[in-house]
Amino acid sequence: MVSHAIEVRNLYKIFGPRGGDYVDAVKNGLGKAELNQKYGHVLGLRDINISMPAGGIMVVMGLSGSGKSTLIRHINRLIDPTAGEVLYDGVDVCRMNEKDLREFRRHKTAMVFQKFALLPHRTVLENTVYGLEIQGVSSGEREKRAKEWIARVGLAGFENHYPNQLSGGMQQRVGLARALTNDADILLMDEAYSALDPLIRVDMQTVLLELQKELKKTVVFITHDLDEALRLGDKIAILRDGMVVQQGTGQEIVLNPADDYITAFVKEVNRGRVVNVETIMAPLAGNPEGMPIAKGTVLESAARAMTSANQTLAHVVDEAGKPLGALTLSAIIAAMVTQATDEAQAA
Amino acid sequence: MAGLCESVPGFLCKFPAFSDASVRAARKVIDDGFKSLVRSYINAIDALVQPLQWFLNDLERLFVNSPWPFVLIVMLGVVYFGSRNIKITIGTAVSMFAIGLMGLWNDTMVTLAMVTVCTLIAVLIGIPIGILMARSDRVQAFVNPILDVMQTMPSFVYLIPVVMIFGIGKVPGLIAVVIYAIPPMIRLTNLGIRLVDKEVLEAADAFGSSGWQKLRNVQMPLALPTIMAGINQTIMMSLAMVVVASMVGVGGLGKNVLQAINNQFFTVGFLNGFALVAIAIIFDRTSQAYGRRLQKHSEVIHG
Repeated sequence: MVSHAIEVRNLYKIFGPRGGDYVDAVKNGLGKAELNQKYGHVLGLRDINISMPAGGIMVVMGLSGSGKSTLIRHINRLIDPTAGEVLYDGVDVCRMNEKDLREFRRHKTAMVFQKFALLPHRTVLENTVYGLEIQGVSSGEREKRAKEWIARVGLAGFENHYPNQLSGGMQQRVGLARALTNDADILLMDEAYSALDPLIRVDMQTVLLELQKELKKTVVFITHDLDEALRLGDKIAILRDGMVVQQGTGQEIVLNPADDYITAFVKEVNRGRVVNVETIMAPLAGNPEGMPIAKGTVLESAARAMTSANQTLAHVVDEAGKPLGALTLSAIIAAMVTQATDEAQAA
Repeated sequence: MAGLCESVPGFLCKFPAFSDASVRAARKVIDDGFKSLVRSYINAIDALVQPLQWFLNDLERLFVNSPWPFVLIVMLGVVYFGSRNIKITIGTAVSMFAIGLMGLWNDTMVTLAMVTVCTLIAVLIGIPIGILMARSDRVQAFVNPILDVMQTMPSFVYLIPVVMIFGIGKVPGLIAVVIYAIPPMIRLTNLGIRLVDKEVLEAADAFGSSGWQKLRNVQMPLALPTIMAGINQTIMMSLAMVVVASMVGVGGLGKNVLQAINNQFFTVGFLNGFALVAIAIIFDRTSQAYGRRLQKHSEVIHG
């Protein structure tokens, strides 16, 4: 299946009985606090414009109350927008009638929830087939497909357990298997890993990355954890108070934070795992020296490779092996701990 | 205080009621109107409730006319396979033998038939109403006060119109029992569905469930423990009500109790009362054990 991009355009959401009345005022600069105090409506999202890459992982990051869960619910319209559009394949999800929307949800999207939202009275297998069951797929076929995915997420042998008998990490694997069994193009993950222990969370991130290598779905992943965002995201959008503060690749955000808010966020990030070698490489002077390092390698891996090979010099090469620039171990280490110099430059 | 009353105008002392004559006239109009309404529709009403009468008679005949060992075995089978509990089954056998030895077997069978039919009807009517209430706040706002009236109105009061419409017999008794026993069924169905986890419902929506699929796959199964509690309450209330219903011609244990009250037969009253208690406990324990068995999946094995 070829994945398609999702375009979110000029999306506004105002919660309250007469949200539509205030869209123009909000467009003209009415603030969230004022809207709440004067008119008793809550501004959920304000002028969201994001294009989510086809076949890639789009991470939407923000703290609680930033509107990130509201945003993801607009993509399968669990929440109706006040204004704006969500385009998939050129069709505005927000204008679909009830029947089309149901078909869209059945065949194009699958969702994983923060609190798992499994059916407690159904076994792992019965939960996993849920999407296919309501599509009307025959029971033999749906169980065959479900069993494959249960095995893929590492739950083989647990088909007949009830969710209550599983740990949180295992329950979320069921949630993931349920979503994948639907074989939908769009995978929506609403803080899917936020309720899990740190170790299990990293584990589940690995599961997702490995599956994604092969599936190439359009994934929308919501998180409040920047490390998770940087690890998973092909593209990241940071939300605050219902607005997009910055969007771009992880590296762009870490290297050029748009404002103080994001600067504060990225301060604690391990830059060695985010910044790529080509970002800090120096122009080649003469022949490439030292060991070759592939383009796109993060600094930490490059440093590890150079240290274990006992090299202080290296050069970056592209896929064809053509040298692109020069690296030194000291430059890499300087870039990994570069916070101080950034601030010095800013001052 | 009497002194105070003399010094103020009369209407402040005695509540200014409508005159007796006007109240009497209004009463007469309403009573006569109701009676003539009933008279003009009597055939239609009879035809409507005839199936109930047949059902009730057939079930009663089946219970009373079958050989007692057969009835006992079927009953023990239902209790055992419902509860999977040998203690409850033995308790049932002992109580039923005691009832039989006291010569109350036939009356107990009549009561059992009555309670079975009442419970079935209460469940069949109550669950759909409860579902409608859970789906619409407007329906809930409309039905709730009606249920309040049904639960607080003394049952003797609504026996009056029931008897006026249906006369004396089993069917009016049945209707009185259902009116009395149905509110918990409706209320707990409504409550159970409304308490279903919003996240799970959202998940069902996200996968594109239709309203009916959501009801069947998510709401009803998750509301089931609460609905089972409603059925349990309905059975208990039907059993309590069959005594009152005996006043309009329902036979069985209730009738014996009524005769015992009229004649001050202390022993007869208590024997029949205890027989009712025994049936109530059997129903209660069995239905609760069955409900618990349905909830096996919620047992947490993982720590």
